[in-house]
Amino acid sequence: MEMDWIWGLVGGGLIGLGGAVYLLGNGRIMGASGILGGLIDGTERNAAVEKLAFLAGVVLLPLILQTVFAAQASTHMTSNITIIIAAGLLVGIGTRIANGCTSGHGVCGISRLSLRGIVATVFYILAGGLTLTLFRHVLGVI
Amino acid sequence: MRLFLSFLAGGLFGAGLFISGMTDTTKVLGWLDVFGDWDPTLAFVMGGAIVPMFFAWRLTVGRAPLVGGSFPAPSKSEIDHRLVIGSAMFGMGWGLVGLCPGPVIASITYNGWGGLLFLVAMLAGMLAAPKFGVQLDRLATKA
Repeated sequence: MEMDWIWGLVGGGLIGLGGAVYLLGNGRIMGASGILGGLIDGTERNAAVEKLAFLAGVVLLPLILQTVFAAQASTHMTSNITIIIAAGLLVGIGTRIANGCTSGHGVCGISRLSLRGIVATVFYILAGGLTLTLFRHVLGVI
Repeated sequence: MRLFLSFLAGGLFGAGLFISGMTDTTKVLGWLDVFGDWDPTLAFVMGGAIVPMFFAWRLTVGRAPLVGGSFPAPSKSEIDHRLVIGSAMFGMGWGLVGLCPGPVIASITYNGWGGLLFLVAMLAGMLAAPKFGVQLDRLATKA
């Protein structure tokens, strides 16, 4: 548990390296919601194969790491169906309306000192904190 | 080359999310749980990711991407209702379950039916977003 921040820093560094490869190599901003959203609504059909290759890497590497290190990753995912569907819809609509999520606005936006990235990050962290506090400590449902 | 670099970037992203513990909803919700058992890990992940990206942005100056083309245009600075309301909605969903788009994909092979259901709902939300955005714009011009 005390080592968690080191793993956080190492993992974060890898995430940043991934973003750097995508930017310097392909000239693209590594935003998970933009990559997914652009694929399914067909707004960037010309880059579809490139995006699929990216997503293949995102899915495969955690799978390989788990197999190699025999590390059973637990996600502690809630089993409340209503909450899962509501949260999924909110994340889907919100990230597309705001044009970015934790990777696009957070990692890629803040690192280029983008005002939009910083404002978005402040708002989703505040909204996340308030929602969690309300549903966990006030209503006691999550 | 283009596809290989794309796969490499995705692999680094997925490995980073896995190693940092960001596919564990407990760690993400722990970061947002200021009044409970607060977990600062996410700040280290963000910090660790922003450092290489900061230098990457600096390297873009006066250069072109490896595969050709051009780098993304300078970011807009306009703060509008879409950015603020969209981010707030995203944050609400994030705070309910502890998943954002990257980790949803990274954990899809080991997150059970719940992860799959979240992905389907999220994709449905993404498809509904343009219509929702138009309604939002209409409200914003009235206000």
